[in-house]
Amino acid sequence: MEKKKRGFWRWLIASVMLRLILIYLPKTFNLASRPEISTPLVSLRRLAEGYWLKKSSMSPYAGSMYHGSPLLLSLLGPLTVKRIEGQPDHLLCSLVFVIADIISALLIRATGHTLQMAYRQSLNSLDIVDLLKSSDSLSSGDVAALVYLWNPFTIAACVGLSTSPVENLVVILALHGACKGLVPLAAFGWVMATHLSLYPAILIIPVILLLGYGPDTPPRKLFLQKGYGKNGDNHSSDNCGQQETNHSKAEVTFSWRPVIHFLFWSSLWSIYVLVLCSISVKPHGSLWEMFQRTYGFILTVEDMSPNIGVLWYFFAEVFDFFRSFFMIVFHLNILFMILPLAIRLKHRPCFLAFIYIAISSMLKSYPSVGDSALYLGLLGLFLDELADMQFSFFLLCGYIGVSLLSPVMHNLWIWRGTGNANFYYATGMAYACLQIILVVESVSAVLNHDRKLRKLSVTKLRDGNS
Amino acid sequence: MELPSRWVFLLFLLLSSTKAFESEVDKEEFQEELLLKPLPDRKVLAHFHFETRAPPCNSNGLHHHHLFPKSISQMVEKFRVKEMELSFTQGRWNYERWGGFDTMSSNNAKPPGVELWAVFDVPKEQVDASWKNLTHTLSGIFCASINFLESSSMYSAPDWSFRQASGSLRYGMLPREAVCTENLTPWLKLLPCRDKAGISSLMDRPSIYTSLYYSQRLHLTSIASDLEGLNLGIVLEQTLTVVLHPSSQRTGLTHFSQSYLQPSWSLSSIFGRKVNGRCVLAKSSKVYLQLERGLVSQLKKSENYGADYIASEGYDGEANFELSVNPDRVIKEEHSRNGISSSLLYEFSVDKYSNSKPFDLGLTWKFPVIWSCQQAPLHASRFLMGSGNERGAIAILLKSTDLNDSSLVANSAMDGCELRVNIFQVVPWYIRVYYHSLQLFVDDQLKAVGAFVEKIHVMPSKDKISPGMMEMVLKLPCGVKSAALTLDFDKGFLHIDEYPPDANQGFDIPSAAIGFPDFHTSMLFPSNESERKSPMLSKFQESSPVLLYTEVLLVPLTTPDFSMPYNVITITCTVFALYFGSLLNVLRQRVGEKERLLKSKAAAKTGRLSDLLSRLSAKLRGRSQEPMQSASESSPLINSKLALKVLLMAALAVAWQYYFG
Repeated sequence: MEKKKRGFWRWLIASVMLRLILIYLPKTFNLASRPEISTPLVSLRRLAEGYWLKKSSMSPYAGSMYHGSPLLLSLLGPLTVKRIEGQPDHLLCSLVFVIADIISALLIRATGHTLQMAYRQSLNSLDIVDLLKSSDSLSSGDVAALVYLWNPFTIAACVGLSTSPVENLVVILALHGACKGLVPLAAFGWVMATHLSLYPAILIIPVILLLGYGPDTPPRKLFLQKGYGKNGDNHSSDNCGQQETNHSKAEVTFSWRPVIHFLFWSSLWSIYVLVLCSISVKPHGSLWEMFQRTYGFILTVEDMSPNIGVLWYFFAEVFDFFRSFFMIVFHLNILFMILPLAIRLKHRPCFLAFIYIAISSMLKSYPSVGDSALYLGLLGLFLDELADMQFSFFLLCGYIGVSLLSPVMHNLWIWRGTGNANFYYATGMAYACLQIILVVESVSAVLNHDRKLRKLSVTKLRDGNS
Repeated sequence: MELPSRWVFLLFLLLSSTKAFESEVDKEEFQEELLLKPLPDRKVLAHFHFETRAPPCNSNGLHHHHLFPKSISQMVEKFRVKEMELSFTQGRWNYERWGGFDTMSSNNAKPPGVELWAVFDVPKEQVDASWKNLTHTLSGIFCASINFLESSSMYSAPDWSFRQASGSLRYGMLPREAVCTENLTPWLKLLPCRDKAGISSLMDRPSIYTSLYYSQRLHLTSIASDLEGLNLGIVLEQTLTVVLHPSSQRTGLTHFSQSYLQPSWSLSSIFGRKVNGRCVLAKSSKVYLQLERGLVSQLKKSENYGADYIASEGYDGEANFELSVNPDRVIKEEHSRNGISSSLLYEFSVDKYSNSKPFDLGLTWKFPVIWSCQQAPLHASRFLMGSGNERGAIAILLKSTDLNDSSLVANSAMDGCELRVNIFQVVPWYIRVYYHSLQLFVDDQLKAVGAFVEKIHVMPSKDKISPGMMEMVLKLPCGVKSAALTLDFDKGFLHIDEYPPDANQGFDIPSAAIGFPDFHTSMLFPSNESERKSPMLSKFQESSPVLLYTEVLLVPLTTPDFSMPYNVITITCTVFALYFGSLLNVLRQRVGEKERLLKSKAAAKTGRLSDLLSRLSAKLRGRSQEPMQSASESSPLINSKLALKVLLMAALAVAWQYYFG
């Protein structure tokens, strides 16, 4: 165990070293201007422009350059202009992103440990111990953290001067807070994540479920069945059995207290954030302008510069009178799936959050690899549940293929002029399909895993009864 | 104390108004003039100047015009235009060869395409509406697509760099407007004689449209005579500037090789027409031949004549050139600067010519003469940097012209050795300029921007709403050799409908205007009453800051596939359907439903093969085959359900067929 721990830290330090080396490499393959990495929302160059506008006493949202949060502007803006002699221009910003990445990885690791504890506890309470043997060798939290740190997408987003490491950090903060039951932290993370990139707003459902039910467990029904079985079995009021029944009963009930706390805290934090924002934009702009320029920009898909998503080309080509219709349809597509998923996966809020993040990063208007990095990192948390997921090898190959092909097609289209837009759009389509397969297969794998647990517990019960 | 002053004021008002009333005896005036000027690079500049004046009239709103075009006066009254200038230009003014430091270049050299600016006399919130109406009216009058300037992404409101106007100035450019006779004809219609008589009859379409530079300009100024601004006096100034290339006539008299000699020309050789007398409606009709400063000093040098000699007797053509018509008068510019000789104007009056005796001015050179024009203090050029269709940079390069060192030094003594440069640049929104990336290179060395920029005002572009505008005052040391500004930009991606028909040709960025506020051009003529009557010369006497326009830039933008909209819509929607359908399918499946389905199939077909298949599929799914206990109860149930459904559907279909078929 000690050795494994040391291994983790060694890998973490190695990943930090790799990032620093990449930062010091001259121009780092122009990562900062890759469309896969810096979308209009997360590009640091646009942030620098916004900061410049603010400095020259204009609203940072004057013009259509900056679409991020004013808080990020006050945090990162001064760092974009500060230069250290003999160092790369954006060293300070890059260091902030590296630190954000490390903190995210550590939070993922902590969340992973919590999840694993809960998983073991629930399996123990269901008397299914044979499943635990396999997971002894690797801690899913460590794996997830290392996957997050060593994922080429994460490294590219961190080195390529996009603000997505910070956005990912607050999302992970929200999940971690909810897992550990730290209500103010969870509320802060959720409010900040919503403020920074809007789409994490739908994470309120998994966060509330996490606070209400606690971390991921097998379906509640199993505990109930088990409880009834035990009850029916041990009429002679066995002390230990009674305790266990109580315990499983307690697991099932939804505790409103932390949820109300969460709502209170999140309203407090959002007022706080809004006040800070209004102070920040006050001299030359207004809050309304901020909302228009950030959320409005996300929802109306104004910028049609290419990215790895599918919406840019669609809205560049679609007829103008259908535009608003499709805009509504595409955004509703994210919202439509919230409820069915929440009903089906309510016993696994962390996994639900992962699915939500994956869906929104697939269908959002300006996706970047930073968003993919987040959900791929979280994927590692569910190592046990997703052990028998289908098509995993195919997906891996697909991700590698698309991430190699996409820059090639972009180069052919934009720089050489020998390809056309359809080439790049095709890679975007392929990427969307891969993400769809990943989401669908992971949901089905988790549902199957629950089925398996149920079967095992039923056989256990039957064995116990007979 | 207050009362007398008020009385004095009233008296003054009364006096001034009566005086104005008396001097401009409510008469509309039209004057036509033509200026010809040999250029150093064997070209000839012809500058037509027509001025129509409508004095303020007292009858409220009911104007009866004798000469003044009614459409213009109605437009001015309706949109309350204080000052307006519209120019149609083809070709680019060559500042290095044709001069950049005289009234001709700073007033009449215009950027290619259409340029329109207007100052309105309305409250600030109505300026945009007035501008929109004005563009539509002008587009109707001049048969041009000026109405494209209506959209807010096409015009801007410069504060101070273009000209001083507090908020009521609008400025728009269409760099790609093709200029042709269809724009000239309506312009000529505004003249009382059109091109039927007078100087304007020289405008032979083939010869003026084959010129190297063609700029047709309309400038109008309205002066409110009373306090409410109801009665407007309008001055309409129409100019046409062409640079023609005379085909050199062989004279046979020359001892020098033909190539060194300036080409000789006459009105009939460059225009193919002669002036058959004046326009009878014109108050005066004059032709001028200008010899600019550089030429005069060269002539002086080569012939060792005194300037006075040329002025008094030189025109009879024994020295360097010969004029076919004797001038009526020679006007000599008064010395404005030391050390530079003054330019000469030969005046010809067209009044005495008629159909039988047409006016045909000719200039024949006898000896070669080489001179150069006066240059602006800095020569400006603009170019694009970078490759590919994703990003690039705009660079404005200012290079000092060594010709002007003396005047620079003269000026620098007053200014504390500083050369101020105004830069006004408008870029369309699809060129997303990062203003924070502004870099300044002075003498090829990167300098801090703050040290040289005195004032900067930026209006960043809004997507599809407004263009980006940059106004800047640079303060350069006067000994500067070169200064370069670079600005990075990203290229935007447009909607498929926003591309022009030939999308792959690229997009034009309008010219930037570079002004030198410390340098003014004006020609001073000896003041006697006859010059005051000539509107062109009085225009030349007005002091105007040196202004030059840079090149139009052509930016290629990436294009989407224009033939794909249906494919893109269907494919994208398919992907969304795939996502929605498959995810919903996974969620919908009940526990054990899959197994049951498999087993029911197995039960229905108890063949070896199907058994094997089911076993195989189960294996593929990584699940051990289930014992077949629950299947026996569930399969008939499902079957009966299925049969029921099929029956129901069939019944519905039959009913449908029966009732509606």
